[in-house]
Amino acid sequence: MTVAQQPEALNFECETGNYHTFCPISCVAWLYQKIEDSFFLVIGTKTCGYFLQNAMGVMIFAEPRYAMAELEEGDISAQLNDYNELKRLCEQIKRDRNPSVIVWIGTCTTEIIKMDLEGLAPKLESEIGIPIVVARANGLDYAFTQGEDTVLAAMANRCPSQAPVTENEKSDRNAIQKLLNFGKKKEEVVQEESAYVDHPPLVLFGSLPDPVVTQLTLELKKQGIKVSGWLPAKRFTELPVLEEGYYVAGVNPFLSRTATTLMRRRKCKLIGAPFPIGPDGTRAWIEKICSVFGITPTGLEEREAQIWAGLEDYVKLIRGKSVFFMGDNLLEVSLARFLVRCGMTVHEVGIPYMDKRYQAAELAMLETACHEMGVPLPKIVEKPDNYNQVQRIYELKPDLVITGMAHANPLEARGINTKWSVEFTFAQIHGFSNARDILELVTRPLRRNNNLKDLGWDKLVREEAKI
Amino acid sequence: MYAGPAHIGTLRIASSFKNVHAIMHAPLGDDYFNVMRSMLSRERDFTPVTASVVDRHVLARGSQEKVVDNITRKDAEEHPDLIVLTPTCTSSILQEDLQNFVERAQLEAKGDVMLADVNHYRVNELQAGDRTLHQIVQFYIEKARKKGELPTTKTEKPSVNIIGISTLGFHNNHDCTELKKLMVDLGIEVNAVIPEGASVHELKNLPKAWFNLVPYRELGLMTANYLQAEFGTPCVDITPMGVVETARCIRKIQQVINAQGANVDYEEYINEQTLYVSQAAWFSRSIDCQNLTGKKAVVFGDNTHAAALTKILSREMGIHVVWAGTYCKYDADWFREQVSEYCDEVLITDDHGAIGDAIARVEPSAIFGTQMERHVGKRLDIPCGVIAAPIHVQNFPIGYKPFLGYEGTNQITDLIYNSFTLGMEDHLLEIFGGHDTKEVITKGISAESDLNWTKDGLAELNKIPGFVRGKVKRNTEKFARDRGFKDISAEVLYAAKEAVGA
Repeated sequence: MTVAQQPEALNFECETGNYHTFCPISCVAWLYQKIEDSFFLVIGTKTCGYFLQNAMGVMIFAEPRYAMAELEEGDISAQLNDYNELKRLCEQIKRDRNPSVIVWIGTCTTEIIKMDLEGLAPKLESEIGIPIVVARANGLDYAFTQGEDTVLAAMANRCPSQAPVTENEKSDRNAIQKLLNFGKKKEEVVQEESAYVDHPPLVLFGSLPDPVVTQLTLELKKQGIKVSGWLPAKRFTELPVLEEGYYVAGVNPFLSRTATTLMRRRKCKLIGAPFPIGPDGTRAWIEKICSVFGITPTGLEEREAQIWAGLEDYVKLIRGKSVFFMGDNLLEVSLARFLVRCGMTVHEVGIPYMDKRYQAAELAMLETACHEMGVPLPKIVEKPDNYNQVQRIYELKPDLVITGMAHANPLEARGINTKWSVEFTFAQIHGFSNARDILELVTRPLRRNNNLKDLGWDKLVREEAKI
Repeated sequence: MYAGPAHIGTLRIASSFKNVHAIMHAPLGDDYFNVMRSMLSRERDFTPVTASVVDRHVLARGSQEKVVDNITRKDAEEHPDLIVLTPTCTSSILQEDLQNFVERAQLEAKGDVMLADVNHYRVNELQAGDRTLHQIVQFYIEKARKKGELPTTKTEKPSVNIIGISTLGFHNNHDCTELKKLMVDLGIEVNAVIPEGASVHELKNLPKAWFNLVPYRELGLMTANYLQAEFGTPCVDITPMGVVETARCIRKIQQVINAQGANVDYEEYINEQTLYVSQAAWFSRSIDCQNLTGKKAVVFGDNTHAAALTKILSREMGIHVVWAGTYCKYDADWFREQVSEYCDEVLITDDHGAIGDAIARVEPSAIFGTQMERHVGKRLDIPCGVIAAPIHVQNFPIGYKPFLGYEGTNQITDLIYNSFTLGMEDHLLEIFGGHDTKEVITKGISAESDLNWTKDGLAELNKIPGFVRGKVKRNTEKFARDRGFKDISAEVLYAAKEAVGA
């Protein structure tokens, strides 16, 4: 805290944007699993299909609820009628799967040929009787996880705007409630209802695995905060109610469009907090929400300390080591902040896109963390250039590079430890109890290489790459 | 999807060559090829492919200087011999004048620059690869000709160009080693192997070879035909996969080089290899293989592998190939001609759903196909040997596993034999009613049945050995449906068995 350090600010740069990342259509892979009654129709070319098929590995063989509408030359030259083609496909989907919603994923091709998906959808929707949500998750505009952002932003417009509670239903619901509480003692029921502080409704946004949803919800419940709903919910038919004045908070750093939509279109109030990644982030997230509702958080400090104590085995391995984020999934700032807290030095935080407003609290926290831990502030490089980054990696020789699979093996062959970045997107990393999982991932290459270190096989290429 | 988009073919060729760099004109995320190459073939080096990113600005104003800058920058950074500008589906519809960019970049770049002549909407990965290889070879032959550097004479001893070995090709590197070994045995010098590991500067020496060997149907024929037309170099395009085909390939080589005055006789070599080096011929005679006689199999893959496997199964092992299929629709006639006498039915499709149904319908004892078929096999409880792309990382083995040549015949024999339930195990299961006591009766690709199995019916069904249970179940249900029974009891099961021999 008292480290005498130059009060420098974070340094932002922007490079050429020649970097590797996943196409944003990859979001269908986790969103179709999350939203159980959905069907995702990707309207694109063989290139998109090839990517999904290979990136999702075996999942495509599990009869997933997604499909490609593969555009052919006839579609491109408008010899075929877009509307009729889509109608034919959607009717088939309705027949075979009967989903509660069809999500159209617009791609680069639909952008270029200016297929008016937003215009076609409402018409087709009324004809076939299934909601059609349009998300333009294309590689022209977005990177990887931003795909989810475009889908959730589109879904935010579908959330019911009023709780459909009539007097009649209310008593119905109570009846069900009574039924559910059947067998419980009366005091318990009363206690359960009074477990929450009286505060305006709070809706969280961001797609997380169900166990993590439960963990975060319970974490807030401990502070007396009730989560009225999640965007997205397990089913499309259960999308949360969003009335004007509701409070919303994001759980992931890549959801800036969704946040904007919720604020501007749905008139919700955004709680700008760091993200619940790492014990420090989780605590700050909860504290910020509490402060907005005028609640004094209880037991958080002890809880955080306890988690850190449990992490010591892992932290020991990385304390004093350095890390370099090449940047491809927008989780980088949050992860960097957490790793700084773990005692690491961060050379560079590459990131596809930096929304300084949406991530403001997270950036501030990164800065504080660096000051308090007495490490230099990292350079934040938006739209990085992978070639330049590799040159910088050769110079800096970081202990760990967090990067995509395209660079991981070549860097390992040159004696540089790498962690494949995409795993952070699919692992459970939110909340107090999952901090361990993050460190499990981060330390894995170090632990592995500790096991092998006496073999003398660090560099496995014949000559250094030409610079 | 069985064959990838066109640009994948071009990238496979470009990154197979040494010191050739490909620049894709593509949106963010289309460089997934790098991930595949780095993961599947566990490349130690950075994949020499970068993207000249097409973003919103490019959409609005055109690429302008961007592509040219990216080419000249890569030229300065890595000094590649050749930069191949690769169009994607996006650039196909943007219709920017990529050829113009190439010409402008060529003025500044030290290396050569070329535009891959492939159209996303007309060709697939395999066709694009074939075409790009031809294009690069032609480019360097013509360049050498202009400079007067083309060699005019053949090598002193018989020599060969092996054409079509490429990165991410199914067992290509092992096949290449095996072919080189075979050439050594035959006393033939290897003049060049392209594209894998070759430098573009070697391409001008291609005319020195006595003949070209194109082991795979999908890649290299265009180049071989071009070399034949330009220099009269004969081409041997018989895939040496399986004992009979390997012999046929060697005899063809003998004929081709004897016509140019070599005077070799390989009959003794073929005999020796077939009888004693390869174990495949002996395997065909052995009792093991007898047990496979008449067993049903289906084959699906690319032209080369599906055709060769069909012939091996049917001709060399006496296995009943119910249908053989290919996803190379553009070259379907060749496939039909190759396999029609070795299987009951030929299937030409690139719809994996149709293939899944065709497998479920036939219920073979083993499948030989791609990873897609392997997954169908898992769901239907039918073993599958993987013989062609699309493939996963486990199909890039580190151990030596060629499919071509005499060692290849051994590997294929193992693959086939291990895919069928082992003979003795088969009998034991039949005699003792199986060791499978799971409740699951059968997994089918078709929809759930509307019929109800009674407890005793189910118990009886469970006593039937696992590998025929699915068939018995289906036949019984058909029987019950035909006669309007709602419940299937043990009685119905046995009545069905009597009626249809289920």
